Amino acid sequence: MTEIIERPASAGGDVLVDDHAQLDHGAHDHHGPTGILKWLTSTDHKVIGLSYTVTSVIMLVIGGLLAELIRIQLAVPNSSFVSLAEYNQLFTMHGSLMIYLFAGPFAFGGLANIIVPLQIGAPDMAFPRLNALSYWLYLSGSLLMLLGFVTAGGAADFGWVGYAPLSNAIYSPGAGADLWIAALMLTGFSAIFTGVNLCATVFYLRAPGMTMFRMPIFTWNLLVVGILILLAFPVLTAGLVMLYCDRHFGTHIYTVPGGGVPVLWQHIFWFWGHPEVYILALPFFGMVTEVIAAMSKKPVFGYKGMVFATITIAALSLGVWAHHMFTTGVVLLPFFSIMSLLIAVPTGIKIFNWIGTMWGGKVRLNTAMLFAIGFVITFLIGGLTGIYLASPPLDFFTHDTYFVVAHFHSVVLALVMGGMAGLYYWGPKVTGYMLNEPLGKIQFWLWFIGAQMMVVPQYILGLNGMPRRVATYVHDPQWAALNQWATAGAILMGVSTLVFVVNFVYSWKRVPAGDNPWDAQTLEWFTTSPPPHHNYYSLPPIRSERPTWDYNHPNAKTLAHGHHEAPDPAPAGATP
Amino acid sequence: MKVEAKLLIYLGVFFGAMGIVYWLWSGENAGGMMLVASALLGFLPGGYYLWWSNRMVQRPSDREDATIADGAGVIETFPGSSIWPFTLGCGAFFVGLSLVFGVWFAVPAFALIVWAMLGAVTESRRGGGHTHNANG
Repeated sequence: MTEIIERPASAGGDVLVDDHAQLDHGAHDHHGPTGILKWLTSTDHKVIGLSYTVTSVIMLVIGGLLAELIRIQLAVPNSSFVSLAEYNQLFTMHGSLMIYLFAGPFAFGGLANIIVPLQIGAPDMAFPRLNALSYWLYLSGSLLMLLGFVTAGGAADFGWVGYAPLSNAIYSPGAGADLWIAALMLTGFSAIFTGVNLCATVFYLRAPGMTMFRMPIFTWNLLVVGILILLAFPVLTAGLVMLYCDRHFGTHIYTVPGGGVPVLWQHIFWFWGHPEVYILALPFFGMVTEVIAAMSKKPVFGYKGMVFATITIAALSLGVWAHHMFTTGVVLLPFFSIMSLLIAVPTGIKIFNWIGTMWGGKVRLNTAMLFAIGFVITFLIGGLTGIYLASPPLDFFTHDTYFVVAHFHSVVLALVMGGMAGLYYWGPKVTGYMLNEPLGKIQFWLWFIGAQMMVVPQYILGLNGMPRRVATYVHDPQWAALNQWATAGAILMGVSTLVFVVNFVYSWKRVPAGDNPWDAQTLEWFTTSPPPHHNYYSLPPIRSERPTWDYNHPNAKTLAHGHHEAPDPAPAGATP
Repeated sequence: MKVEAKLLIYLGVFFGAMGIVYWLWSGENAGGMMLVASALLGFLPGGYYLWWSNRMVQRPSDREDATIADGAGVIETFPGSSIWPFTLGCGAFFVGLSLVFGVWFAVPAFALIVWAMLGAVTESRRGGGHTHNANG
């Protein structure tokens, strides 16, 4: 079934639409398939986005359970809770699920799919069927990767980075490793298609008046993520094809005996891997920016600075890959050290602007805002330790220790907080119902305290020399105590996730949200909750980067950036 | 269209400069090659957009003073729903299995993929014929 879509009408603004037939073509009640068939056949970006979100949260829960098993194993010295081989599978699959199947798909497949078209006034993504294909490839890849657990040799066990030569057919025989490679090929294509869709949607489907420099920061970040996906993911997929050829077709691309170069895998992997860090992080930066602006009732502080910081982070992220490879001894240390340290500048601008947005605003400390602030604090800790690691002498000392583990867990646990802020903020728009606030606050504090309880001992363990990826350690009272603190923190975060699931079930169809429960500023809050098929019955005039706010507060002195028409006349009696 | 073109071209210039400096300084081929290829990925679409932006009327979404009514008319033809992405996804799943458990999985994979391709193509053709132009 094909539908021709017309532009929605103007909302009480500049021109009255007399041709009512146009409204019917803009957004309407959709008479498509229902039930299970709706989820299998829908090309609506909101349905696909919801499928993505739910699937990726399931992956978060599975990956989280693996993490709990890892932490239980490490809670006491000389533990034999799991075998050494099982431990290798646990940390490999924990990392793989969280990076490949949760963080990316949740951000650029889930919330981005739902929110980006809404924020720019588009009826759908540019290529709806390609968008659906992205989801099905992602689900296929996820199932393939999980299938590894039920094969005879178990799941992949060479770490989520799959370093050659450990990942070759001699050291890692068995179906689990091949399933891991096949899964990453499929999810890689899924990501590439999503990248194409994001760029095309932002370039071609913006509403009239929605110029590039009026787009919300979240949409800007997702555009840059789309470009980064197109730059980075094909490299990984090509690297995986070569790895597969090495394993099965007798090529010698990554093997020394045949004249290959094992470190080439690291170059290829991290040329994808470091942009991937920002492919993961930028969507969450965007979510947090939107939440902080809405909950402070202020426009984003330094809008253009924010956009340029995003672009700068993306540009620099392609030139830093070998800071993961300092200890290989064959990389150009000064180049990668300088480029890595430079990333701190745009990231610092962002943190400054988040604080500037809150400064002097009417800050509401609800769950979404608490998660956003928790994100800023935890991300700052992870970012600052990243600066240490960008310095080769310090990296030589801490490489492959728990210091590195703690550094990137600070970052990714912060990203989960950003994602939760996004879910509590946009959840009402997507489902039409509010999430429960007291339960949300319990969830936040459990997660925030748990996260710090886990990473701070790990920083100390790393500086004391505990290597990463070891299944057990000799009896040492200090190491044991620190590991027990970390395990307790991980359990708190597990309980927090449980509270989230309870909250989701409890809040389902309980408190209707209304169109704009937060008095938020960007365009998506203008339509109904949940939005109709093809999103908008009518659109407000777009004169700044916060059209809904301008429409709802016509007499407010606008602080938004960009060019404006003359401000509305002041109310009678007001002094200029 | 100008902002989009400039964004990609500036990224291309940056990657190109970084790639040349890196390649000359390090002499390491894999990274140098990947950076230069990244620069091309900025220049190709960026150049295309720039070429178009000089030849097209400014779109309502590029004009700061555009009203919603300026964009009235047909946006695009979108599919309402389609089973073929799911079919193609199932085919891809079997391709994955064939890489791991044996080539015979490629038979159902190939069948599903060809079926989905034919279905998707004929769906677009049928859909285009069935619907009417809302303006006409």
